[in-house]
Amino acid sequence: MQIPASSPAIDVAGVPTPAAPAPGLTRGRAVPYWLLLPGMLWLTVFFVVPLVSLFATSLQSPVSDNPDDGYYFNWDFSNYSEALSRYGEQYVRSFVFAGLATLLALAIAYPLAYFIAFKAGRWKALLLVLVVAPFFASFLIRTYAWRTILADEGFVVDLLNALNLLPQDRVLNTPLAVVTGITYNFLPFMILPLYASLDKIDPRLAEAGADLYAKPLTTFRKVIWPLSMPGVVAGTLLTFIPAAGDYINARLLGSTNDRMIGSVIDSQFIIVRDYPIASALSFLLMATILILVTIYVRRAGTEDLL
Amino acid sequence: MASQSVKQVEDLHLVRLTKRYGEHAAVDDLSLTIPAGSFFALLGPSGCGKTTTLRMVAGLEVPTAGMIRIGEQDITALRPYKRPVNTVFQSYALFPHMDIFENVAFGLRRRGEKNIEARVNEMLELVELTPMARRKPAQMSGGQQQRVAVARALINRPDVLLLDEPLGALDLKLRRQMQIELKRIQTEVGITFVHVTHDQEEAMTMADTVAVMNAGRIEQLGAPQELYDTPRTAFAANFLGQSNLFPGQVVARDAQSVQIRAFGQQVLLPATKLSTDSDRVIVGVRPEKLHLHRAGGAVPEGRNTLTGVVTDASFVGVSTQYLVATPWGQELIAFEQNMGSAERPGVGETVTVSWEPAHSFGLDGSDDLNAGIDDDLLEVGHYTAADVEAGLVPAPATVPGG
Amino acid sequence: MADPTSTPVVPGPREPRLASTTLDPALLAAPPARESGVQRSVRWVREHTLALYSALALVYMFLPVAVVVLFSFNDPAGRQNTRWNEFSLDAWTNICKDPTICRSVGVSVSIALVATIVGTILGTMISFALVRHRFRGRASTNLLIFLPMATPEVVLGSSLLALFLNMYWGNWQMPLGFWTILIAHIMFVISFVVVTVKARLAGLDPRLEQAAMDLYADEKATFRYVTLPLVAPGIMGAALLAFSLSFDDFIITNFNSGSTVTFPMYIWGAAQRGIPPQVNVIASIMFFGALAIVLLAQVLGARRRRVVARGTGSVASGAAGTAPVAAEELARRPS
Repeated sequence: MQIPASSPAIDVAGVPTPAAPAPGLTRGRAVPYWLLLPGMLWLTVFFVVPLVSLFATSLQSPVSDNPDDGYYFNWDFSNYSEALSRYGEQYVRSFVFAGLATLLALAIAYPLAYFIAFKAGRWKALLLVLVVAPFFASFLIRTYAWRTILADEGFVVDLLNALNLLPQDRVLNTPLAVVTGITYNFLPFMILPLYASLDKIDPRLAEAGADLYAKPLTTFRKVIWPLSMPGVVAGTLLTFIPAAGDYINARLLGSTNDRMIGSVIDSQFIIVRDYPIASALSFLLMATILILVTIYVRRAGTEDLL
Repeated sequence: MASQSVKQVEDLHLVRLTKRYGEHAAVDDLSLTIPAGSFFALLGPSGCGKTTTLRMVAGLEVPTAGMIRIGEQDITALRPYKRPVNTVFQSYALFPHMDIFENVAFGLRRRGEKNIEARVNEMLELVELTPMARRKPAQMSGGQQQRVAVARALINRPDVLLLDEPLGALDLKLRRQMQIELKRIQTEVGITFVHVTHDQEEAMTMADTVAVMNAGRIEQLGAPQELYDTPRTAFAANFLGQSNLFPGQVVARDAQSVQIRAFGQQVLLPATKLSTDSDRVIVGVRPEKLHLHRAGGAVPEGRNTLTGVVTDASFVGVSTQYLVATPWGQELIAFEQNMGSAERPGVGETVTVSWEPAHSFGLDGSDDLNAGIDDDLLEVGHYTAADVEAGLVPAPATVPGG
Repeated sequence: MADPTSTPVVPGPREPRLASTTLDPALLAAPPARESGVQRSVRWVREHTLALYSALALVYMFLPVAVVVLFSFNDPAGRQNTRWNEFSLDAWTNICKDPTICRSVGVSVSIALVATIVGTILGTMISFALVRHRFRGRASTNLLIFLPMATPEVVLGSSLLALFLNMYWGNWQMPLGFWTILIAHIMFVISFVVVTVKARLAGLDPRLEQAAMDLYADEKATFRYVTLPLVAPGIMGAALLAFSLSFDDFIITNFNSGSTVTFPMYIWGAAQRGIPPQVNVIASIMFFGALAIVLLAQVLGARRRRVVARGTGSVASGAAGTAPVAAEELARRPS
């Protein structure tokens, strides 16, 4: 077959080519798919398929009383009611602790982020590094360090006792220690998004507010706070989601009465090997978080965050 | 420039070039020949398609239809790096991670050329940046970056150099200086320059030929002076400088001149300056060509005249700008040089406005009288000659900016 | 300055304020001519509330790190290194006293290195596809990138375990260990790499690549000489992030490790019987090492930004915006 040397490359009748982000670089239509293929394949096989597998496992029944005999799939939805009735307490506690820690983290992080964004001047970059820095020291060891700080004979407990603030005379192995630890561990994830959205606000807006007769607090409430909402939403999500699934803090800093759902999933999977119940709990946790997040984001009116 | 012999270049042809984005035609069936070695300006408001045209020539945008040729070579389908064309980008797009030397050497290195060091140094000399060779772009001023961008493109000796609003980021004073500089460089290297701009003064200062673009088409093309003196459409008349435009009816024409009746007045204009065969015309005259005569003042023989009332006079130093309301409701703009000590007419005074017939031009009567004027500056919206004659033109409440 | 407390103090003779029992009403109405020490400190505190609060928040964040570093110099009395006993450099001079510690660090480092390399390559490819190309399925791609970051680690870990448990063929069962950990780590670092590189790439002026092509660089040369060098800082940042996420991960690893012991796994196991100070030493080294890298990057970055601010920045676009975006994404997950 003879191909003309200079075939007209232009589609005269044509479908218009869409405006590409970088014209001249997007030649092959297949190129993006080749770029995506390995990564997406990995995520599909090791994230999506496992979730399906998790769901499937949550509907299995034991072959016998001995977990070594394994499980078989039989649409056993009773695992869910069973899981909830057995571990409802830990399940609810997870969300309560995560919610408390999220609120605490917001209260601690907002002023700090505000300070970095508006008042830090040339120390801004350094402060940001300081905010990120602690989390380069091992997560487990930092959490473990709280055992030393909150120890019964430590200065923190002494101080709080002197002020008569402790009903139980101790912090370690109480819910207070767990919430303190969770708040601490996820604080940077609250501060950074808050900072990112506060930093985008033109400080002159606050001046304009003051110029228009708003008191500082009114200016904050009517101008700064609404504009920082994307950061607040992102920060609370980034704190709440991992906090709800966390169980390290509860295990290291709390008593056996403070266990969270992650702990149950962990032990059901690894020690008890009741895979269906563990899977049901895990799947419930994810579903609940997704539902809560969706409601929250809808109400906050910032769907574009997702 | 001993070694930089003037390059043998060929004409750039755009043939029925079209670029559509969905339904919208950014460039609409544009045909154009840009002579080799000329300094050509594409002038138009933002969104008129001038940058799209330039990017199609550069190969950064694929035309929906049409052809681009340099001499006999069809380059329409060539990748950008296969074309003998280089671009000076808007805001320069200098590579921030390379120093000036490497930026300028980039094209030569990609083509595996010899003697790079000497050629780069020679080019840096041409743009007077030799001492800056090892600086990074971010360490340079806007004007210097602009010269690097020119050097980086020119060193490749392209057939055509494209300049996309190259002076847009500079302040006024530097812009003037760079205009002269660019013109000098173009004369020295003899390469075809195609320059896209929305600044009519810039286009007129630098280019041999200016094409006024509007809505994806070329309205008019010619030497700057020709465009200014004899605009062929209302858009060209308004976009390039300011114009007074009012409707009229051709009553008589001969080889030399055309006689037009406008609101009871006889107006003459040279036959060569009438751009339509229709009898319904728009008469145009530039504000600085108008002269105001106070009541009782003698008007020299042979000049076109209109009467009106001065509604505003603003002193701007070298001249005074007047607004004169005509009996039919339009306002004329007149610039009078501040010469002599004669009393200037005041607001509210009835004056006679006169001008040389040779300074008038005639456009087709169906044009929008306000085409080419920024909508933000328009007080009374767009209207045609028919609207004016029907008395539909409201007098502007305030004075439009000079 | 309407605030009466900030009126300049006029120097004058000291008034016998405490001596008078009845107060002159005129004195009450007038702004105080002189502040007492208490008043001054109250005013100072009020003006610096925000700064003090922020300082306290930072103290809260650094307290455990300080304890970790401090206790690396402790010579614990018993097995538990939670109470100060005696200063000692033993742990620092003899890090590998318990060889299992160093072995676990070795396992963690090799897993983190491989996970970082593979994850960074895969994630960077996805970022390029997302930023530089239009294609069908963009929205679902974005969702698939986002979801792993919005899923608690317990769920990620347990679901992978559920998969591995279901991977058997006759008598063969997918063995848990080094490879399953590696698979899990690559999976969860990809998303973080994508968002970090994407931020950098989106801030890159497309005209730079167009300019390269205009200057005779074909697709390959454009990528090699312009795109890659300009995106490199983003890729480096993503790699650093991936490494630290992988190195520090406990929860996901715990589900899929079998009998393989990573450094966090070692700590978890040791926590029951007492963590030796050598663990604190390694954590301190990690902390100061990372801090040095970040500070160095900041200093270099700051110098570049200052230069950019001086010029009329064709470069400026993006560079400044990348850090907080990346930080925000970085913020999504602890360990």
